[in-house]
Amino acid sequence: MSDEIKTGAYICKGCGLGERLDCDQLATIAEREGKAHIVKQHDFLCNAEGVAMIQNDIDNEGVNRVTICACSRRSKTEAFHFDNVAIGRANLREGVIWVRPDTDEARETTQEMAADYVRMGCAEVKYMTPPHVSADVASDDHILVAGGGVVGMTAGIEAAAAGYPVTIVEKGGVLGGSAHDEYKRIPESMPYADPEDTGVAEMVAKVEADSRITVHLNSTITKTSGAPGRFSADISTESGSTTTANFGAIIMASGARNYDANQLPELGYGKTPDVVDQAGLEKLAIEANGGPIKRPSDGKEVENVVFVQCAGQRSTKEGHLPYCSGHCCLTSIKQAMYFKDQNPGIDTNIIYTDLRTPGAGGEDFYRSGQDKGITFTKGVVSEVTANGGSVQVKFQDLILDQEVNESADLVVLATGQIPNSGIDIEAAPAEDEEGGAPEVAVESILNLTYRQGKDLPHLKYGFNDSHFICFPYETRRTGIYSAGPVRRPMDMLQAKEDATGAALKAIQALENAKLGRAAHPRSGDLSYPSFRKEGCTQCKRCTVECPFGAIDEDEERYPQFNEARCRRCGTCMGACPVRVISFENYSVDTVGQQLKNVDIPDEFDEKPRILVLACENDAYPALDMAAQNGNHYSEFARVIPVRCLGSVNTIWVTDALNSGYDGIVLMGCQKGENYQCHFVKGSEIAHVRMSKIDDTLEQLNLEKERVETYEVAITDIERAPKLINDMAEAVEKVGMSPFKF
Amino acid sequence: MSDANTQMVEQYRNNFLREVEENVEEGEWVKMCMQCGVCSGSCPLGPHWDHPPQELFMMIRAGKRDEVLQSTSMWMCTSCYNCIVRCPRELPITHIMHGLAHYAKRLGIAPKGQPTEKFSQLFWNNLVKTGRVNELKLGLALYFMNGIGEGIKTSLKMKDIGLGMLLSKRLSPMELIGGHKCKDAKGLQSILEKAQELEAARIPTAGK
Repeated sequence: MSDEIKTGAYICKGCGLGERLDCDQLATIAEREGKAHIVKQHDFLCNAEGVAMIQNDIDNEGVNRVTICACSRRSKTEAFHFDNVAIGRANLREGVIWVRPDTDEARETTQEMAADYVRMGCAEVKYMTPPHVSADVASDDHILVAGGGVVGMTAGIEAAAAGYPVTIVEKGGVLGGSAHDEYKRIPESMPYADPEDTGVAEMVAKVEADSRITVHLNSTITKTSGAPGRFSADISTESGSTTTANFGAIIMASGARNYDANQLPELGYGKTPDVVDQAGLEKLAIEANGGPIKRPSDGKEVENVVFVQCAGQRSTKEGHLPYCSGHCCLTSIKQAMYFKDQNPGIDTNIIYTDLRTPGAGGEDFYRSGQDKGITFTKGVVSEVTANGGSVQVKFQDLILDQEVNESADLVVLATGQIPNSGIDIEAAPAEDEEGGAPEVAVESILNLTYRQGKDLPHLKYGFNDSHFICFPYETRRTGIYSAGPVRRPMDMLQAKEDATGAALKAIQALENAKLGRAAHPRSGDLSYPSFRKEGCTQCKRCTVECPFGAIDEDEERYPQFNEARCRRCGTCMGACPVRVISFENYSVDTVGQQLKNVDIPDEFDEKPRILVLACENDAYPALDMAAQNGNHYSEFARVIPVRCLGSVNTIWVTDALNSGYDGIVLMGCQKGENYQCHFVKGSEIAHVRMSKIDDTLEQLNLEKERVETYEVAITDIERAPKLINDMAEAVEKVGMSPFKF
Repeated sequence: MSDANTQMVEQYRNNFLREVEENVEEGEWVKMCMQCGVCSGSCPLGPHWDHPPQELFMMIRAGKRDEVLQSTSMWMCTSCYNCIVRCPRELPITHIMHGLAHYAKRLGIAPKGQPTEKFSQLFWNNLVKTGRVNELKLGLALYFMNGIGEGIKTSLKMKDIGLGMLLSKRLSPMELIGGHKCKDAKGLQSILEKAQELEAARIPTAGK
């Protein structure tokens, strides 16, 4: 195929497009203004015949740029997928006829809308090149697992079972992590009635027997560099010897440690050995080994035991954990059963404020606990004191509204989990009080050589960044997946499911790396950012703002893109003040040319133009769905999808204002702690950038109301069109832009 | 007072719960309450109870033996079954309420003068005598339940209704003497005696 650009524009007349629009006129526009070499109309473009027509032009007529003037780019993606050509989509269905009423008065403006989208589609493809596979392609199959607890072992076993070699690096001397020190586990299968054997021994045996799994005990990862498919890690033993190996992907399974109960003197910890934390009780249970559990102070067989839930957690007090650790209610039920199963005559009282038993079997296990005669008391413990031969628990019963002093032989504090998530690379140095997690000398887990820091970024309370619902194992470091309590508090069963999920993501990442394709969320995307070195001013904004730490700096201090680490969000492109960063199929020009090719009517035509830059992940689908529901919006809006609001370069806004647009609406995802942004920081960064757009407006002597930035969710199918209409109203108020030529 | 009444009950221990499980009809369900409070919220008479069902269950678990058994609360239950229908844990709450009342009565520590308790006793006494409920006698006994003065007052208040029933032959004054019986009243009484004997053997405090 020659390098010469040959554009084919294909106009569909199906789905009512033919009836609502003058397609002949659109074809003329594509030919005269869009400069398309081939323009064809079809009654039903997405059917086999229509697709074959396009494919024929690609194969025989040398068409290498295809503009499909039909439905939204989110529809018929399979039909309109052609290899080795750049494809643009003019959204005439969801973007035009479905958002406008089918009336005679609306006919003219609807046609204008469609004409503009055809111009935009033809302009866009001319500035696109078909993506080529990146040179950053590597194919190491090996998976590195940081941590040899239940999560690490599960991840290792699962990845090995899928045929991938695994190396587990464990800091301690044995495999099993915290589960190794447990007597029994919360049941994982029907009927969820009794504590089960932890299963750790079998897991260890399985790991040791698997020839695909290598285990490094007493070892840490002292250096990690590279990118998905070509990570290199130094594994150092305690004695100091270091081995270096290559890996395709990494699973962070460093787990959690127990909250230090010594910080709870008011609950008696440290004052009497008969107050223990949950880990302490596991130890007593292991010692008893099925016999009567004896209290530590004098070895008396325990006859009554009190469990204090939420000890030092779900509390705003200083030094306490603000969050719920998720497993402790179930763990206390399990531990109360240690007593009840041995001797039903032992009194066990669990004092809770909200009993939370997550998981499929949680409620059954709770019920089983009740059935075994565990007393569940809704109350708040204020004080635990040693009193001669017993421990005195003072609490407020919230149901009976009375203060009670109960004496017990043993008190168990349900303290929380603190993630072993390494260094908080985003924390301001020396200051670290916000999360509420106590200050402990923190060692890095991964020791990444990335420009942005040694470990995975944290989200909240020291847990690794991960999206709880939509993409749980994803971190902001491509090819490195976190699983288990390092990303959120959880029990063993959840941790195992987590580990399996992360193992699959790791496999997906290294397989994508082999093909030079993007991982989540633009999975399969072959494009990657490149920059024009001559124009670069070494300002470093791209290296700082990249949410994924994909960009390092080379010796000459130029940005060094690690394509395999890149998620193709374009935040670097939006950041670049000199606009030297671009993708093959997405660049400052592809969007800039679209907005410049919109026909801007004369000021006195009273036909304003509103530019909408909508994030393709949530806002654009919301608009599509609004169209499907028949929610109309202003005929003056021209919507351009962007990969992420973070990829919006302010030049687009400036250009649009200069070319006479009357209003600009930017739609990104929710930002902040509960972010919905698929690229984590993109929307946030965009909001910061746009907060500075007022200067530009001032320079141009334009009203502030002309540019608005919104957070839009995919469910906002009524709000999104309303935001556009609001802008139309605002434009009506402030008047037309004076910049129309 | 029986032995059970004098026995020490410690707070938040299982002693009283165990006693309830052993002696109260459906008492083995008490421990399964998860304290959601739906029963209390569903009870049409809830606001008039000293302790709604949810609270009674917690009191049992907290070992408040005397307070529970001497409470008038479970006697307030009208058997509307709203709580049973709504309980997410499917506890037979209505039955437990009656079971608790019954158990307290047996122990002889049920609240004195509670109208439901009084009426129940009248009904039982009336029924056992002949094997049939003598409505005239039961009605009059109910009127005079709280003394002669109040009985005369109530009787005068109800006299028009009584006369009306008399005229329409819904009420026979002859019932006052003897009244109709079942075929073998003696037989029924001995059946009941035997049943009480069996219950007494099963539960030490019964039969009082």
